Amino acid sequence: MIRAESLTRRFGDNLAVDSIDLSVERGEIYGFLGPNGAGKSTVVRMLCTLLAPTSGSASVADLDVSDHPGEVRLAIGVALQEASLDPKMTGREIITTQGRLFGLRSTEISKRIDELAPLIDMNAIDHLVGTYSGGMRRRLDLAASLVHNPSVLFLDEPTTGLDPPGRLRVWEEVRRLNRELGMTVFLTTQYLEEADTLAHRVGVIDHGRIVVEGSPAELKRSVGDDVVVVKVAGDSDRVAEVLAAVPGVDRIERYEHEVRAVTKDGGRALSPVAVALDRAGCVVDELALRTPTLDDVFLHVTGSHLEGGDT
Amino acid sequence: MSQPITARPAGFFRDVGSVAIRALQQLPRDLEFVLPALAVPTFFLVVNIGALQDVAGFTELEIDYKAFQLPVAIIFAVTGISRASALVLDIQDGYFDRLLLTPVSRRALLLGLMVSDFVLVLLLSIPVTILGFAIGVRFPTGVLGVVVFLLMGASWGVAFTGFPYAIALRTGNPSAVNASFILFFPFAFMTTTFLPLESMTGWLAEVARYNPVTYLLAGLRSLFVGWQFGELAKGMIAIIGLGIVSQTLAFSALKSRIDGR
Ligand SMILES: Nc1ncnc2c1ncn2[C@@H]1O[C@H](COP(=O)(O)OP(=O)(O)OP(=O)(O)O)[C@@H](O)[C@H]1O
Ligand SMILES: [Mg+2]
Repeated sequence: MIRAESLTRRFGDNLAVDSIDLSVERGEIYGFLGPNGAGKSTVVRMLCTLLAPTSGSASVADLDVSDHPGEVRLAIGVALQEASLDPKMTGREIITTQGRLFGLRSTEISKRIDELAPLIDMNAIDHLVGTYSGGMRRRLDLAASLVHNPSVLFLDEPTTGLDPPGRLRVWEEVRRLNRELGMTVFLTTQYLEEADTLAHRVGVIDHGRIVVEGSPAELKRSVGDDVVVVKVAGDSDRVAEVLAAVPGVDRIERYEHEVRAVTKDGGRALSPVAVALDRAGCVVDELALRTPTLDDVFLHVTGSHLEGGDT
Repeated sequence: MSQPITARPAGFFRDVGSVAIRALQQLPRDLEFVLPALAVPTFFLVVNIGALQDVAGFTELEIDYKAFQLPVAIIFAVTGISRASALVLDIQDGYFDRLLLTPVSRRALLLGLMVSDFVLVLLLSIPVTILGFAIGVRFPTGVLGVVVFLLMGASWGVAFTGFPYAIALRTGNPSAVNASFILFFPFAFMTTTFLPLESMTGWLAEVARYNPVTYLLAGLRSLFVGWQFGELAKGMIAIIGLGIVSQTLAFSALKSRIDGR
């Protein structure tokens, strides 16, 4: 649904996007994860025909973005990083203008407003956008991007600046669009948790290059194994012995008051560990599963932590 | 299930209409910029007539000095009126990007604004003309003369919008757009604002001869004498000539803003 080959963009001497290859399948939610200035927005703007690539090519919905920008625009919905709204228009005027420019009839536009009602604050739809809160604005911006039922949706940092409930609402909506309408979603984010929970596949971008790509689970597995952490007050030798005997545990690491069982699949190992400890009569203060996060992935591939990450 | 709602190109004229409707919806919310556009010409009309009526008595005028000044008031009312400052705000708060993300015809983005400009300058010309009636100006060319008077003034207004639009699109800077009103001064004052061309001397007369406003004013003023098609035609040519220059600047600025990125 989205392809890019050696997609590159320079601003003067600044190589903002450095020869990126992308391939996003129909019905996929693709998360583009990277720190400030990594080049996320620049990629989005090239894919949605706002910015011309310096070199390389890209296609969206099987249409080349440089050769058929008009057709690409019919197929995509875009919510840019900053909600792109006119504060001196009402919510209804924004949606209506958007609908008209996408060739919809008035009856179709009213129908779409009804369908998009969960996103739009219907009480405020006839108020000027300038009076909206940040969260209302973002949701209206998302609604405006969806008026024409696009088959591909681009979201540039859709939840930056939202409070946790607002973020959850956007996640829910993105999942629903993807599940019920099969919409392909390309979203950028600085939030590890967002990429992790929402995206089927994640591309990590840093300094204009994709440094690693894969499903969140694959990526995390690639940087290290899961660890079952057991905190003990008493006899840690006994605990270590018991843990070592549990099937699936590859290695034991010991620290003061803490024994760690390293395993490929922590989820599967957790209950055998608990059962074994219980049978052996070990008294345990705390039993926890620690899995690698996307931040570990980022650290592993770039050597630095992802700023703004919240997980 | 009914037909799913899908996007399609709306067509050029509908695009122009959609952009114009949106701009017209904004007008009542931008009164702070519309009202001065009426105050300025009213002020000048009253002051010019009051101060210069007697002086002008020394020159040979075909028409009454009040009628001589009314077209000046119209020019003052319509010249430089545009949605250029609104366009800059659209560029700044990203709404222009949202428009560019739709399949809208790129030219319609400017033409739609100009349609709304045409409506606005026509609306501004009406009270100014009524004021003219109130102080005793009459049209021997009748109702049709009034209509031609209003349409010519409004066409001039729209022809001129290319300059502020070009500046808005090139710079994306509100101060630059606000400064574009300076352009108005040479056009509006280095011409037959106060005196007919025959009474002007020196370099000012020379400049006035090349200023399209001179011919526009002559055309508008001719409507107070009778149907003089030569004068009207020269006025129209002045409007079209200026329009070609200013709109070429505007549309090439639009193109470079869209492609150059
Ligand atoms: N219009 C522009 N002109 C010049 N440089 C630009 C422009 N847009 C982006 N850049 C530069 O390109 C690089 C990538 O910017 P981009 O906005 O794509 O990053 P990003 O990953 O979206 O960052 P953020 O998380 O802050 O939104 C940055 O160095 C930025 O300064
Ligand atoms: Mg960005």
